[in-house]
Amino acid sequence: MLKDILRTSAFPWTAAVLLVLALVPFAAGRFYVYILAVIFVTGLLAMSLNLLAGHGGTYQFHHGVFYGVGAYTAGLIITKTALPAWVALCAGPIAAAAAGLVIGTFCVRLNKLYFGMLQISLGSLIWILALRWYSLTNGDDGIHGIPMPELLSGSVNAYYFILIVVSACLAVMYLILKSPFGTTLRAVRDNPQRCQAVGINVRRHQLLAIVIATFFAGVAGVLFVVLEGSVFPDMLFWVMSLEIFIMCLLGGWFTFFGPMLGAAIMVALRTFVGSYTDYWTLILGVVLILLIFFLPDGIMGINFRTWLHSRERRRAMNTVR
Amino acid sequence: MLQVEDLQKFFADFKAVAGADLTVRKGDLVAVIGPNGAGKTTLFNLITGHLAPDRGRIRFKGEDIAGLPAHQICRKGIARSFQIANIFPRLSVFRNVQVSVLSQRKLSETLFRPAQTMVLEETHRILDSVGLSAKKLDVAGSLSHGDKRILEIAIALGNEPELLILDEPTAGMSPDETTTTMELVKRLAREQGLTILFCEHDMDVVFDVATSIMVMQHGRTIIQGAPEEVRQNATVQEAYLGGV
Amino acid sequence: METSVTLAGFISQLLVGLSRAMILFIVASGLSFILGVLRVPNVAHGSLYMIGAFAAHTIAVAFEGSPAGFWLAMVCAPLVVAAISLVAERLLFCHLYEREHLMLLLFTFALMLILGDLTKMTWGADYRSIVAPPLLQGSVSVLGTAFPRYNLFLLLVGPLVAVGLWLLSTRTKFGKIARAAAVDREMVGAIGINVSWVFAFAFVLGCLLAGLGGALVSPTISITLGMDHSIIIEAFLIVTIGGLGNIWGAMVGALIFGLTQSVGIMVLPQFAIVFPYLAVVVILTLKPTGLLKSVW
Repeated sequence: MLKDILRTSAFPWTAAVLLVLALVPFAAGRFYVYILAVIFVTGLLAMSLNLLAGHGGTYQFHHGVFYGVGAYTAGLIITKTALPAWVALCAGPIAAAAAGLVIGTFCVRLNKLYFGMLQISLGSLIWILALRWYSLTNGDDGIHGIPMPELLSGSVNAYYFILIVVSACLAVMYLILKSPFGTTLRAVRDNPQRCQAVGINVRRHQLLAIVIATFFAGVAGVLFVVLEGSVFPDMLFWVMSLEIFIMCLLGGWFTFFGPMLGAAIMVALRTFVGSYTDYWTLILGVVLILLIFFLPDGIMGINFRTWLHSRERRRAMNTVR
Repeated sequence: MLQVEDLQKFFADFKAVAGADLTVRKGDLVAVIGPNGAGKTTLFNLITGHLAPDRGRIRFKGEDIAGLPAHQICRKGIARSFQIANIFPRLSVFRNVQVSVLSQRKLSETLFRPAQTMVLEETHRILDSVGLSAKKLDVAGSLSHGDKRILEIAIALGNEPELLILDEPTAGMSPDETTTTMELVKRLAREQGLTILFCEHDMDVVFDVATSIMVMQHGRTIIQGAPEEVRQNATVQEAYLGGV
Repeated sequence: METSVTLAGFISQLLVGLSRAMILFIVASGLSFILGVLRVPNVAHGSLYMIGAFAAHTIAVAFEGSPAGFWLAMVCAPLVVAAISLVAERLLFCHLYEREHLMLLLFTFALMLILGDLTKMTWGADYRSIVAPPLLQGSVSVLGTAFPRYNLFLLLVGPLVAVGLWLLSTRTKFGKIARAAAVDREMVGAIGINVSWVFAFAFVLGCLLAGLGGALVSPTISITLGMDHSIIIEAFLIVTIGGLGNIWGAMVGALIFGLTQSVGIMVLPQFAIVFPYLAVVVILTLKPTGLLKSVW
């Protein structure tokens, strides 16, 4: 397994990038270290969604719920119990995967749009509980000042922890996508009926994919807590889930690194554009519209030959009409 | 091997299949014929589990399989190809077949081994037997129509079936392609001991290949028998063959 | 003595829930209609509702809060919203009809983002409110409790809208074509009808209903940014439990939503809003495709 990673042609590049990233805290100020950490966490979340959306073809419309569940579990365990922080950090992804299993079981019974709408409904229930259960979750304010163990406090320590965890998660995701599970998942995306006909239990496969993806979303949630020391009910809000979808789309949702790239662009835009104007959401909306019209496969999905071909075809069709 | 008795399927008020009977013996090549709308594809959907019957029985090797979901029926030894090329358009030809073989070997859920090293031998063997080895790296969606139909059959073979069901295997093919495909089907049946059930509109193909023919009309079985018997049956001639 | 007070309070609370349900119905029916014909959930629906409320406020204020101003606002605000949606549809949305549905959904999301900020730019972040005209102010005595006249008004408007929509979709040519296009758009196109215009009308009508909902609700709440976020989730849930695309389903869903919230207020006020969500989960567990048949 390790040998396979070392042998891939992308390995030298990846190693180089990792090395550069490891050296960043020595060269750049705290602000940039922080932004990069945010990008890693958000990117991990987007990559986890893409397992289901881009590679699995499911309408995972409320993925943010599992991010929030992971974060809240970790935050609540640390602040409300005497258990050590490490327990909280491990419990987060497990809780997220459990939620994924439960919600997923409801959703895989249905197809496409129904799947998405049902997930929004169930996820919203968790959101409203977090919002209203003031005594448990502090409601609208969220929980702040969550203490982290020595090893992880401070922006540089947090940065390295996040870098290591995210890299490990991405490596695992890569292996999963290259495995028979991943191949079958893509087949399910492309033609679920044919998969049934060759003996694949499509629902079970999708459910497994959901559990895996929500686990990683939970990891992202826990990393958020490590980085920020807070949790917010907004993490569970549906609009946030749609934003993650945009990241996948922006970067290229049929590629591996696309979502990470999309997250990087979104975070960078939000931080830098947001400092100039109050109307960052408007710009995001415009960017999204441009994407839909001109770059539906995302940035990494740009394939000039296909684009030219489809333009030719459309022109030919229009002249016929 | 396969026994269908008085099978019925309704869609609201419409009786798609209103009493179909079919017997398929091991080693047979059975053809189901009938005019458009006779219910042939629905019958196949019922047998392979894509639809659940409202009434009637389906027994495969003595076991009752009516109403089971498609993926379970596949595991029992029935594989199927579809009328409209139902392949994985974005995957390569190789992967198309590999998905099927992986499923058959129950390896679809393996998480931590690279797929490109698995079940290579079996996948290559299947591609060789249908003659698609040269095109194994091509994207499936870019194949010619005839090749897509052959890929259909290859995917079905990945399931190591005992009974292979082909839904209009030569639909839309030129006469040359038709001959090639049916030769392939006959060869596979011989080499791998497959039992074949298919439906067709091309009468030449049917009478050339089939060892037993079942005629359907309005969702009902009119008759099943040896080709000569069917050809000479008055009801069939009147209803379908237009008097031969 | 105790019982009669609680009973009256109970009925009063239920009636309030019913009138709240009417607003929810009007908004959700628009969403359901668009979903039924275009097969796309309109994420921007909440934003259009919000704009309806703001527009109503601006019109009413322009007439210095006179009754005429109010009624004008009730009529014109939805029209303003309809105009906005028409512009968005003709300019951008209609070019996406051939694309896969996910793209359409994402477009409506982009629209929501843009309209949200445009609202902020135009009206700012202050809270606003409208005053109902004297005819609809005050309360009426119902079974011993005071029931606001405005809520009574809503209880009349809701069913009117429902009946109007029903007549539109079953008795008019447009309605029949829209329903046909929902089920098989290619067939409708093949018989020579311009499907794009059918979609345009359906979209604009749905958005008009959202605007109407926003205008009607404006005297009862504070008009503010963020209205879009809260109503869109509720509308989505209502449409899902009612049956996708089904107008009567939207009515049923809205009633369930409004009434369970009333029950919640009586039983556990702090968690009142959770009750409708729980009802949604129960319903979707038992009938995942919604209570009434989806329109496709």
